Amino acid sequence: MIDVREGGIWVYAERRGDSFLPVSLELMGKAREIADRLGVELTALTVGRDGGAGAQLRRYGPDHVLELAHPLLTTYDAKAYATAISAELRRSKPSTLLLGATRNGQDLAGRLAIRMRTGLTAHVTALELDDRQNLIGWVPGFGGGIEAGVSCPVRRPQMVTVKPGVFPLPESGTPTGDVTKVVPELSEKDVGSRRISFEPKGSTVDLTRAGVIVVGGRGTGGDFTRIERLAHLLGGEVGATRVATDAGWVERDRMIGQTGVITHPELALVFGASGAVQFTVGIEGANTVIAVNRDPAAPIFDHADLGIVGDLGPVVDSLLRALAA
Amino acid sequence: MRIVVCMKVVPRPEEVKVNLETKTLDRAGARSVLNSADMNALETALAFRDAHGGTVAVLSMGPPQFEPYLRVALAVGADEAILLSDRAFGGADTLATSYTLATALPKIGGADLVVCGEESSDGGTSQVPPSIAEWLDASQATYVERIVAGKDGTTVLATRALEDGKETVELVLPAVISVVVGSNEPRFIDYDRWAFAQSAKVKVLDFAALGGDPQYLGLQGSPTRVAGLREVRKPGRRRELVTVTADEAAFRIKAEIERVGRVRS
Ligand SMILES: Cc1cc2nc3c(=O)[nH]c(=O)nc-3n(C[C@H](O)[C@H](O)[C@H](O)COP(=O)(O)OP(=O)(O)OC[C@H]3O[C@@H](n4cnc5c(N)ncnc54)[C@H](O)[C@@H]3O)c2cc1C
Ligand SMILES: Nc1ncnc2c1ncn2[C@@H]1O[C@H](COP(=O)(O)O)[C@@H](O)[C@H]1O
Repeated sequence: MIDVREGGIWVYAERRGDSFLPVSLELMGKAREIADRLGVELTALTVGRDGGAGAQLRRYGPDHVLELAHPLLTTYDAKAYATAISAELRRSKPSTLLLGATRNGQDLAGRLAIRMRTGLTAHVTALELDDRQNLIGWVPGFGGGIEAGVSCPVRRPQMVTVKPGVFPLPESGTPTGDVTKVVPELSEKDVGSRRISFEPKGSTVDLTRAGVIVVGGRGTGGDFTRIERLAHLLGGEVGATRVATDAGWVERDRMIGQTGVITHPELALVFGASGAVQFTVGIEGANTVIAVNRDPAAPIFDHADLGIVGDLGPVVDSLLRALAA
Repeated sequence: MRIVVCMKVVPRPEEVKVNLETKTLDRAGARSVLNSADMNALETALAFRDAHGGTVAVLSMGPPQFEPYLRVALAVGADEAILLSDRAFGGADTLATSYTLATALPKIGGADLVVCGEESSDGGTSQVPPSIAEWLDASQATYVERIVAGKDGTTVLATRALEDGKETVELVLPAVISVVVGSNEPRFIDYDRWAFAQSAKVKVLDFAALGGDPQYLGLQGSPTRVAGLREVRKPGRRRELVTVTADEAAFRIKAEIERVGRVRS
C-alpha cells in the first residue's frame, strides 16, 4: 500500500492569458487544507509560454509554485502539455494531482492519466480522505439519488478533476512559497495540434457565484419568459435542467448539475424539475431551496426546504403579482 | 481516409436501478440505446467520408448482446462493425476501456481519424477519447463541433466548443476527436441498407484475437475502485411539503424570499 504522505499534493492551475481560473484557486484552498491534514507540501503547477504569472498563486498558500514555460506551450495542446507535465511528475513523484473539470482540464487529465498509468476520477463534486488517506472523489451516478465514491488505492499520482464551484474561493493572503521556472524539453513532434483561430463568446454567465437562481425544467414546457422576469425581479440569474438546455430553451451555460455547474446561491427557486441526482448535486450548496412541482412524489421535494405541490404556471403568475405589489 | 467511430451501448438512464446494499447498479431490467453523443460522432464521420472519400468502421467494446445495436450503425451508413467482447474486458474503468479500444485499432486496419462522443451517458467521464489518443500517441481534440479537411490530407481543422468561446485547431493525423452531443442531425436508417445491415457480419474480437497486455484489461487492469455508494441528500433541508392554492403558494414563497432578504425594493 502506498502512503499518500510520500508525495505532496499538486494543483494544476489553468491559465486564461495571465490570470487563473477560479476553479484552480478553489482547488488551491481545498488542497492546502488536505496538505495540512496530511503534513505534506502543496505545489501549484502552471504551464504557458513564459513564466511570471505563477507568482500570483503565492497568495493562495502554496509551498511551491512550478512554472513550465516554453514557446511550444503558448496555446493549449494536450500532447505537448502532457509531455511537459509528466516529466515533472516523474521527477517529483507527488501523490496527488488535482485539476479543474473544465473542458481543457478534462482533455489534459484523460491523456496525462494514461501517460502516468494511473487512475483518474472525473468531474467530482466532493472530496474526502479514507482511513488509509486515499482520496475519495464523489461522483453523482444514475438516478435514485445516488453518488459513487471512487478512489485509486494502488497507483500514484492519484488524479481527480473537480467541478467548478464545489469549493469556496479562498481569500488571497500574504504570499508564501517559492517560484521555480522550468523550461521543459520539447520539440515540434511533441505537438499534436495548434490553435489557428479563436472566437470569444460575447457574454459568459457564471452561475457558480449567483446569489439567487430561478431554475426551470421540462415542466415549464419551454416558456422561460416568466422565469426570466422572476429572476430579474429578484436580482438573480436563470438556471435550467439539462432537459431545458438540450432542448435549446436556455443557453447551455445555465445548465445546473453534474454536466452543468455546481451552485451555492442563498436562494434557489426550482420550477418543474423532477430532481434527478445529476441535477440536484448542482443545488445541494444552496442555503434555501424552494421547489414547485405538480407531482407530490417528485424527488426534488427531498432536496427542498419548502415544496409546493401544484401547477407551476399559476404559481409563477401569482408570485410575479405578489412581488410587483 | 480510414475513420473509426467508437460507439458505446448504454442503458436508458431512467431504467437503471441502484441496489444500495450490494452497492451495484442493476442494469438487467434496463433497455439499451446507442449513446446519444456517439450518434453525433457517427454522423460527423459519415459526412466527412461522403465529402472526401474513405471508409467508416464502427468499434465498440461490450457484451455480445450489443451486436444488434452495431447493425443500426451499419444501416445508417457505416461500412463495417467490430465488437470487442470477452469476459476479460469486463469491469473496465477508463484506463482499461481506452487501452482495449486502442489495442484493437491496428488489428482492424488502423485509423487515420478516430471519432468518439464527448461523453457516455452511463456515468461517463469524457476521459476515454483523450486516453485512446495517448495509447496511440496520436493528436487529440475533444468537444469538437465541426471538422474540415486540412490542405494536404495530413491534417484536419477541428472547431472545439470551450467555456469562453470557439477554438479552431489544426490537428495532425492520426488523431482522436470527441464530438459534442447535438452538434449535428444524425441521419436516419437507410432502408436500402437495412438488408445489408441484417446480413452483414459484425466482426467479434475476443482477448485471444486482440492480444495486448492483460495488466491493462478489465477490472484487473483498472486502477480506480468504487469505494462506496451513498445517497445524495443534504442534511438539514426542512422538506416541508404543502398543497395550496396558487395565491397561497405565492404568499408562502414571498415570505421565504423576504426571510432570505432578497426582494428588490
Ligand atoms: C451522465 C448524465 C449527466 C447529466 N447531467 C445533468 C446535469 O448536469 N443537469 C441536469 O439537470 N440534468 C442532467 N442529467 C439529466 C438528468 O438525469 C435528468 O434527466 C434531468 O435533470 C431532468 O430534467 P427535468 O427535471 O427538467 O425533466 P423531467 O425529469 O422530465 O421532470 C419534469 C418535472 O416537471 C414536472 N412538471 C411537469 N409539468 C409541470 C407543471 N405544469 N407544473 C409543475 N410541475 C410540472 C413533472 O412532474 C416532473 O417532475 C444528466 C444525465 C446523465 C445520464
Ligand atoms: N465501451 C466502449 N465502446 C466504444 N466506445 C466507447 C466505449 N466507452 C467509451 N467509448 C467512447 O468514448 C466516448 C466517451 O466516453 P466516456 O469517456 O465513457 O464518457 C463515448 O462517447 C464513446 O465514443
